[in-house]
Amino acid sequence: MRLTRVKRARAAEAVARAILGASALLVVAAAAFLVLYIAKKGLPGLSWEFLTEVPKNRGREGGIYPALVGTLYVVACTGLFAVPLGVLGGVYLSEYAPKKRSTRIIRLAVANMAGVPSIVYGLFGLAAFVLAAGFGRSIIAASLTLTCMTLPVIVTATEEALRQVPADLRHAALALGASKIRTVLSVVLPAAAPGIVTGVVLGLARAAGETAPILFTGAVFQMRRLPDGLGSQFMALPYHIYTQVTSVPNWNRDLVWGTALVLVASVSAASAAAAIWRSARRRRISW
Amino acid sequence: MTDTLRPSDSRSRGRTALSRAAETFAKGFITATGWLAIVVLAAIAAFLVWNSLRALGEAGLGRIVTGTDWYPTSSPGKFGAAPLIVGSLIVTLVALVVAVPVGLAAAVYLSEFAGRRLKEVSKAVIEFMAAIPSVVYGLVGVALVVPAVKRAFALDSGLTALSGGIVLGVMALPTIVSISEDALHAVPSSLRHASLALGNTRWQTTYKVTVPAASSGIFAAVMLGVGRAIGETMAVLMLTGNAAVMPRSLLESVRTMTGTIAAEMGEVVQGGTHYSVLFVVGLVLFAATFSINLAADLVLEKQRKRWGV
Amino acid sequence: MVTSVRSALTTAVPTLRETAEAAENVLEETIVRGRGAFDLQSVSVAYGSETVIADVTMGIPSQAVTALIGPSGCGKSTLLRCLNRMNDEIGNVRVSGTIALDGVDIMARGVDPVELRMRVGQVFQRPNPFPMSIYDNVAYGPRTQGIRHRDELDAIVEDALKRAALWDEVKGSLKKHAFDLSGGQQQRLCIARALATKPEVLLMDEPASALDPISTQQIEDTIAELKRSVTIVIVTHNMQQAARVSDQTAFMLRERLDEPAHLIEVGETRKMFTNPDDPRTEAYITGRFG
Repeated sequence: MRLTRVKRARAAEAVARAILGASALLVVAAAAFLVLYIAKKGLPGLSWEFLTEVPKNRGREGGIYPALVGTLYVVACTGLFAVPLGVLGGVYLSEYAPKKRSTRIIRLAVANMAGVPSIVYGLFGLAAFVLAAGFGRSIIAASLTLTCMTLPVIVTATEEALRQVPADLRHAALALGASKIRTVLSVVLPAAAPGIVTGVVLGLARAAGETAPILFTGAVFQMRRLPDGLGSQFMALPYHIYTQVTSVPNWNRDLVWGTALVLVASVSAASAAAAIWRSARRRRISW
Repeated sequence: MTDTLRPSDSRSRGRTALSRAAETFAKGFITATGWLAIVVLAAIAAFLVWNSLRALGEAGLGRIVTGTDWYPTSSPGKFGAAPLIVGSLIVTLVALVVAVPVGLAAAVYLSEFAGRRLKEVSKAVIEFMAAIPSVVYGLVGVALVVPAVKRAFALDSGLTALSGGIVLGVMALPTIVSISEDALHAVPSSLRHASLALGNTRWQTTYKVTVPAASSGIFAAVMLGVGRAIGETMAVLMLTGNAAVMPRSLLESVRTMTGTIAAEMGEVVQGGTHYSVLFVVGLVLFAATFSINLAADLVLEKQRKRWGV
Repeated sequence: MVTSVRSALTTAVPTLRETAEAAENVLEETIVRGRGAFDLQSVSVAYGSETVIADVTMGIPSQAVTALIGPSGCGKSTLLRCLNRMNDEIGNVRVSGTIALDGVDIMARGVDPVELRMRVGQVFQRPNPFPMSIYDNVAYGPRTQGIRHRDELDAIVEDALKRAALWDEVKGSLKKHAFDLSGGQQQRLCIARALATKPEVLLMDEPASALDPISTQQIEDTIAELKRSVTIVIVTHNMQQAARVSDQTAFMLRERLDEPAHLIEVGETRKMFTNPDDPRTEAYITGRFG
């Protein structure tokens, strides 16, 4: 009687394990499939000319050079705004914020910013940066929009990385007569650098792949020349994919998939590089 | 007056007024950036409301939200956004049906049964899935899911709520898996050991003790998945066909709130009623995701307090 | 094992002495004698509403070693942190009474704790080098004080490392990362780092508790040399260590959990360990509790 109960429990465990394991496998397999599929579809389109030439025949021929450069410009510009603001925001939450209600509200606001739909950021960017601030559809308007979107990622990553720096290290610097700001800038931030850099790369990689926020803030379908300043409109890789698929009849499969491959590969290469760098640094700094 | 502290030999140099002023300035600046999140969030709300005013005045929120006719370019334009809201909900529902069972099962397996190796691999895999841009998911959907749905149901077009929902489900997986795994992971192992010591198997421990203990975090994970699905734009825009009519089945084309904004904002007269109505749709979207995320955050915070993390 | 420890010590000690003497010669001219004495008058410390230390009155003589002893939780470390106002950084701590350093009340409103800490250095329980090179660790304090000249920094770094008896081990590898040093070396690096700001007082919070016996011995030797130029206040759990290194000993005790800790007795170390006035001191020292 008792034995059969145990047996039944064992059988249930085996079944549950199999089902759960299959689900986990399914997720991993889906990701693996995505990688292979994108690679397989994208590789035929890749060539040196693809990366260095301007699009021709509405994108059916030629390359993606202006889109590549446009995305780089916008991401660099976003980083210029988002990195200092995000890192300092994280510094505030970890080092300066009083343990009060107001700080809790800031944390909630940061978490909530991360959940605002990207198209809403697009609307906000249109209303605030393109129109109200008068930047027009431009690299700067798109970058500021993407900055708002990237900010919570960097703030959260910075705060978490700073929290992992032991209090002893701060006390050591303070006990040497360093002011709080010097302690933070010269000891705590460098010690937290691996985590912060990972967060920054993750946030900027996400910004590079976003389409909705740049739809109305500066991305254009086609440009024969490169953007010539912050006020210029630009082509971008994700927007290029979108417009090809939705508004070019008989779009060139190879070239569009090639664009997707370039986008995914650079985004994941950046994330992987950050992760590897972090684990190499972590091995050395262990607390 | 602080000179009294300074020793007579000059080696310990006192701080200058300049360095103190610099510190005060730096602290002020850092505090300002800390509050930036609230400023941005408030600015988003303010700009959405401000630009919505015209449409709210002309049509009224009630008529926009409940109206079933969306003909923004006819004259006079009809701005009934109900089909869009229903479209968003249907697509989200499909996404949940796809993502929740698989996602939760995978999270339970990874947290309770998997070895370290598999855990690490799956973590990297999930990060990778989350990093793929949504437009690429849309592209994969166009190439794979749309033809498959068309063939399977013998439809004229595979651009349906179902196609969009399936892809959205895959996109919501990383959020659901990683947050519910965190919630399960946060359950103290002493609880598990207590159950195992009573002669329960690991599976019994999991469904009797661990999952109930983590239930609020798992709920939050699903909520955040819903938030992501409702707010997702590019994939649905490329996959659902975008017909702004009240859908009667999953196999029809639908248009979501996000898709509407993305598709129409490029062609409207700035400052016009149509322009303003799109901001109303954005406002509805913002309010919905804001409440969902806030609820999830509060639940997560409660859980953190519970386990004293 | 024992013999190897012993032989390591016999080779290490003479070199330590030589370097310390060499360092001393440099110091003779620069250190002002007779500075760095503390005078505590009815000092009490409260965390929030809970008073943890009550009514401590004692003097800390300059250029001598004062040991704070007592069972765990008796507030030794908290009292130590009053002396460089590190309690300010912990938050929710209130200190009352007066603490005078060379006659100046360090808790007065006009006193900048940042300036105070340039004069009163601290070494922590566990070695906590900054994640940077050995050189940059030692140069951190001087750079904070605005010293930028390479030659001047080089001289300070060398001097501080010599006084901490670490120079001979690291002089060829100052660019090496501090984390590559052993635990004992790291702690001596932290001592050197504290010495580089040329403090008049050095606070040590159980500086050897995380170290092996050889490293402990080296730290104690360093303390013995340092007290010629610096006032040292050391918190220790280790009675033998207090007896070995200190000139004056203060015994603190929290008799009941709902009461704050008091200073039971303070006096010359030799007397405290052989013939204390208070029976509680004797009981603690002979190991009856704690």
